[in-house]
Amino acid sequence: MSEMGRSIPGGPPSGAVAAKPERRAKGKTVARRIWLASRQSPIATIGGIIVAFWIACALFAPWIAPYPPNKLDALLIAYPYPSAQHWLGVDNLGRDILSRIIWGARTVLTVAPVAVLGAASLGIVLGLLAGYRGGWIDALIMRIGDTLLAFPRIILYLIIIARFGASALNIILVITFTAAPIIARIVRGVTLDVRNRDYVSAARMRGESTFYIMFAEILPNARGPLTVDLFLRLGYTTVTIGALGFLGVGLPPPDPDWGGMVKETYGMIFIWPHMTLFPAAAISSLVIGFNFLATGLQEMKRDV
Amino acid sequence: MLRYTAKQLLYMAATLLVVSFLVFALNELTPIDVARKLLGPYATQDQVDTLYKQMGLDRSLLARYGEYLGNALRGDFGVSILYSRPVAEVLWDRLGNTLLLAAICFAVIVPFSVLLGVIAGMRERSFIDRAVSVFASVCASIPEFALGVFLLAIFVVELGILPGISPLSTSGGWPIWSQFVLPVAVVTLYDGGYLISMIRTSMVEVMRQPFIRTATLKGMPFSDVVVKHALRNALVTPFTVILLQLNYLVSGLVVVEMVFAYPGFGRMMLEAALNKDIALIEAGALCAVSVTMLTQIVGDFGYMALDPRIRV
Repeated sequence: MSEMGRSIPGGPPSGAVAAKPERRAKGKTVARRIWLASRQSPIATIGGIIVAFWIACALFAPWIAPYPPNKLDALLIAYPYPSAQHWLGVDNLGRDILSRIIWGARTVLTVAPVAVLGAASLGIVLGLLAGYRGGWIDALIMRIGDTLLAFPRIILYLIIIARFGASALNIILVITFTAAPIIARIVRGVTLDVRNRDYVSAARMRGESTFYIMFAEILPNARGPLTVDLFLRLGYTTVTIGALGFLGVGLPPPDPDWGGMVKETYGMIFIWPHMTLFPAAAISSLVIGFNFLATGLQEMKRDV
Repeated sequence: MLRYTAKQLLYMAATLLVVSFLVFALNELTPIDVARKLLGPYATQDQVDTLYKQMGLDRSLLARYGEYLGNALRGDFGVSILYSRPVAEVLWDRLGNTLLLAAICFAVIVPFSVLLGVIAGMRERSFIDRAVSVFASVCASIPEFALGVFLLAIFVVELGILPGISPLSTSGGWPIWSQFVLPVAVVTLYDGGYLISMIRTSMVEVMRQPFIRTATLKGMPFSDVVVKHALRNALVTPFTVILLQLNYLVSGLVVVEMVFAYPGFGRMMLEAALNKDIALIEAGALCAVSVTMLTQIVGDFGYMALDPRIRV
């Protein structure tokens, strides 16, 4: 953080240009790098802790969840509130809410990253092709992308899911195809910016393949904006999965899914608000974690 | 200028054509379902087949699409099997309700987020900036249905001062205006959170410019620097983003409409999708895409008005 930037508004920009991806100092362990980063940005640290917590829940769900997530126990509905046996209470079917939230983390943390990775792979390939090749390939790719983007996202989901049914795979595919054009646009912008730089021409002159030039010479330049976008996108995707679950077109029951849990108990909010509030809080905290991480990364990039 | 508009409108028409065909093809690849859906589960296969022929569903996809397009151009989008009314009627009803909600939200969101965004961005890294940024980030992170549930738990379940549903009828004993409070609050916080960060970032960048430093150094009061020099410049970039929110406000409110049982366009699309009401889905999709593309065109003009350097 530059001290000068503070005193006069509009003073020397505190590191506005971060042109080259900085060289990683050798010999720094991952742990040390995380430690250094956390000192730099408290907001990224908070985000990281929240996300790490949910990842741990997802990974160790079978061992830390106190009950099986789909175990019904009608007797418990007599007193569904939080108690010593059921820390967060039970839902309208007598299922332990804490266990369902822990297992729900596994659902969302599988579907969201897979969908985002799919979108990133597709978007990166298309963006590189469009930017580097130019011409009709560029025009075609961008036009198709624009048409997809003209659909309001949630409406597109409804149309496709109404046609093909709700399943984890369909949700992943829909998110992949709707997010890919946005990622392609980011990568294309970076590609257009660097395609005529000297080192790219040099690689071409050395006789490197187009594939090599696109992925080894051009793509690394997009690392900064892409990383930030990926974390933001993980957040959006989590919201989307939750929203689809809430609308009743998400993952099929009975496996726990936070949005679906809110939907199932929503009608009973006047009698048993805890059944709805806990899963709603769980999904909110995960998205906050992702977004804080993205904000922190942006801040750090500016300060380097 | 005129040529540009003409070109954009032409492009819009082309996109609508492509979209209408895609949605049509996607839904009508298996038209036998349509007849079955209309007749219900207890109809015999013979009856289904007869209706199938009567509706002309045995013709090729292109022939049926041609007919659909011809009717659509005359404003006839068919009959909704869910509501048993002409699609156009249902659509206008619901769109009207959603536009009302969207207009109120827009009127609240814009001043709210410009004010907070500018206050946060004018002194980068000050306490106010930190506080507003975190607030905005948290608001934008909470999914609409979760935000709806939280507000509901506080204002309806705990305090009992607002209605929990907004069906736009007074049968529940709540005046109409009160039914808008919670939906508008959810949309404002969720969408405003995002806009505040956008406007803040833009403001921060403007405040780093040399002309701002010059104005400060020549002794101009800080409030004048902000209002007279920074504000307009800071709003150029977020302007299109603000307009794009119209998009979200018209067709993205499905979740909010579901939370509060508001009879809007988004909920109509969800019900149509769940019930495979194809005519309604098709018309709704066209409607949603037109709104998107119109806001883009309006956005381009607003952009030019705001920044005289930009010409198309």
